[in-house]
Amino acid sequence: MGIFIPIGVAVFLAFFIANILGYGGGPASIPLMYDQIVTRYGWLDNTEFSQMLALGNSLPGPIATKIAAYVGYDVYGWPGFLAALAGTIIPSAVALIYLLKILRKYKQSPIVKGMSLLVQPVIAIMMLLLTWNMAADAVGSIGYIHSIVIAGLAFLALGKFKIHPAFVIIFAFAYGGFIIPLTS
Amino acid sequence: MKNPYTELTIGMMRTGILGFGGGPSVIPLIRHEAVSRYHWLDDDEFGDTLAIANTLPGPIATKMAAYLGYKLKGWPGAIVSVAAHVLPSCIAMVFLIAFINVLSNSAMISNMISAVMPVVAVMLGQMAYEFGEKAVKGLGRVLGITFFAISFLLLQVISLHPGIVIMIFLLYGAFHYKLKDRLKNKKTDRKEESA
Repeated sequence: MGIFIPIGVAVFLAFFIANILGYGGGPASIPLMYDQIVTRYGWLDNTEFSQMLALGNSLPGPIATKIAAYVGYDVYGWPGFLAALAGTIIPSAVALIYLLKILRKYKQSPIVKGMSLLVQPVIAIMMLLLTWNMAADAVGSIGYIHSIVIAGLAFLALGKFKIHPAFVIIFAFAYGGFIIPLTS
Repeated sequence: MKNPYTELTIGMMRTGILGFGGGPSVIPLIRHEAVSRYHWLDDDEFGDTLAIANTLPGPIATKMAAYLGYKLKGWPGAIVSVAAHVLPSCIAMVFLIAFINVLSNSAMISNMISAVMPVVAVMLGQMAYEFGEKAVKGLGRVLGITFFAISFLLLQVISLHPGIVIMIFLLYGAFHYKLKDRLKNKKTDRKEESA
């Protein structure tokens, strides 16, 4: 590095850059974070990065913030933790808030109305594709039978009996922890 | 309404702790808390917000959390909402690194996480269906299906980035009503001419 950057600022910048260039949610910016963390700054080596990613994937919550929290803390303690999270979250969140503020101001105009109408078919198809990918991942990791049983029960619980998703997810955990091992 | 800060904290913490599979798969959970349970906003507004959020870079779940908090209680609300959503898992990340081998090699834990995937798939599927239904209601069957087909083509066949596809549709959407009016006027003109 030619110029000296204080470490807290470097942590903030690294995560700011990785996330502002990452288009399509947290998972899309993992390669960009890798580039900053491993290639540019050398905060973690290859093995450490993949270990951290494995831990991140076995915990809930957004992946980008988990990576930021871990690396930030690892490099510079709790101030690093905060700097990394700030770089990850704040720029895009503030941009969204201001953009929506402008759009909501012109809510009644046919232009904004047309925009919010036309966006619905895209969201529907996007969700459909996500559904497909998620289902394929499920079948790939626990097989057809378990996937169909869990999906069927979840469909009934969520759609018909309107049970809170939290309970359905906890049930799925229990199923995965106790019933799946019995069959393999 | 109960204290909005309490609702935000409980609702967003729940989505942060139960959301497996990264930001996009947590969207149905956030929608459940925001729309069905606490009525922070209606479904249309949630849909718009999600669409606009997708046109911006950065993690999707934190953008949604920030907007919801901001809508309820301004900037302090945004901070509470995002903190509730990300801090539990972020702090867990820092402290659990010692147990990394136990956690990422345990068959039981990976089975548990995999078992949540079909549930997430069902939730995403339900959202897809509801947005599809709304699109058909708003656009009519013919236009609705046409736009589904175009979206599918752009997203899956051409593999254009979702953010870009949404921008294209937003751009067209800005002129949609104008175009519709013009077509309608032409039709009535023609009718008048032939009459």
